[in-house]
Amino acid sequence: MRFITEFRRPELAEGLISQIHHKSKTAVRLMEFCGGHTVTIFRYGIRQALPKTLEMVSGPGCPVCVTANADLDKAIALSQIPDVIITTFGDMLKVPGSYSSLQEAKASGADVRVVYSTMDALKIAEENPDKSVVFLGIGFETTAPTIAASILMAQDKGIQNYHVLSLHKLCPPAIRAILDCGEVRLQGLICPGHVSVIIGSHPWESVARDYNIPCVISGFEPLDILQCISMLVAQVEKGESRVEIAYRRGVHPEGNREALKIMEQVFEPCPAQWRGMGEIPGSGLKLRGKYRHFDAELVFSIVPEPACEPEGCICGDILRGVKTPTDCLLFGKVCTPEHPVGPCMVSSEGSCSAYYLYGGSFGE
Amino acid sequence: MCLAIPVLIKSIEDKEAEVEIGGITRRISLQLTPEAKVGDYAIIHTGYAINILDQEGAEETLKLLEEIAETAEEGE
Ligand code: SF4
Repeated sequence: MRFITEFRRPELAEGLISQIHHKSKTAVRLMEFCGGHTVTIFRYGIRQALPKTLEMVSGPGCPVCVTANADLDKAIALSQIPDVIITTFGDMLKVPGSYSSLQEAKASGADVRVVYSTMDALKIAEENPDKSVVFLGIGFETTAPTIAASILMAQDKGIQNYHVLSLHKLCPPAIRAILDCGEVRLQGLICPGHVSVIIGSHPWESVARDYNIPCVISGFEPLDILQCISMLVAQVEKGESRVEIAYRRGVHPEGNREALKIMEQVFEPCPAQWRGMGEIPGSGLKLRGKYRHFDAELVFSIVPEPACEPEGCICGDILRGVKTPTDCLLFGKVCTPEHPVGPCMVSSEGSCSAYYLYGGSFGE
Repeated sequence: MCLAIPVLIKSIEDKEAEVEIGGITRRISLQLTPEAKVGDYAIIHTGYAINILDQEGAEETLKLLEEIAETAEEGE
């Protein structure tokens, strides 16, 4: 068992597809929250395999895409401070902020370094004691514990010149915000798999109950998604709204207790700005007072220019599931992965990039 | 960005493990998965094991999917 190819077996996919066709009677709209799911759905042509009764919409589940321009501008402003080294995951480099991107800042001399892990950022801090190393803390519940772990490690090792710009986002409050605003009517949720590895299935219980919506947690292989859709359809047809796990090998109902403990030790919830959705209460994470000396926002006072959005880009509407990439006039013409105008085209998990790479006619 | 992949833990030393990702040997942190053992498959995200995969859970899922595929075939 290597946990990959086993979950791509075509004959098992066919079984699930035929089960879905057999069971699905009611016309419903399902949302996959997570950008990783969007990519699997597109790469394996899952939308085309589904019956006409099922409409799939993509949600805001890409941390790069939902980072607000104002926050990107902060990161870019930090890179302009002398003796500051910015460390970041590669996905963030090309994302355009209001006036420039980290890549452009780097080209004009800022010290911006791509790292694979926060451990690499810590190493850079140790090797450059006379500089300040700022790590851009971007990510959902999947990533936040790894960043919390790096802060504890820095504390342990007495590394004083390591700081985090905490732009973390939490998924359940964002899903609630989408369901609250009612712009898109959804009858089922494909819940994020690796977020749920950390938080478990319990936080989804109140979502299922409060909004009467079936919630099924999925993994990222095609069989995971199909099993998840089949379980959602079964619930829809029976009029149920429960939380189920279609990713048993990865997700335990209680989540990863150790990761949750570390995350809660270092961070506390705060309001956060989401692109396209504005401020959502309790949807962000900031460093607790005890760790404030690691907080880049407190250590460096930065006041960027007021943020603005790229003209013509409808990423915000796409992230809320209200529009699709092909509704954007710039899609594939002005805006391509080589010359992205908005974040949904930059990120490999952004909807615009998935549509572009796997065919713009998807879902039509 | 929440991309995470299953990898085999080859050796463990001091809260870090050696794993192979795409043919390259890497060291990853076990800070979030203190229960990890050599021979386990872990889900790796940005250099950290975020969970240990459940072999039994995987087998049960596959068995269920095989049954579904058989039923579907009979139904045709
Ligand atoms: S195609 Fe480009 S400009 Fe249009 S919404 Fe997507 S990222 Fe924005």
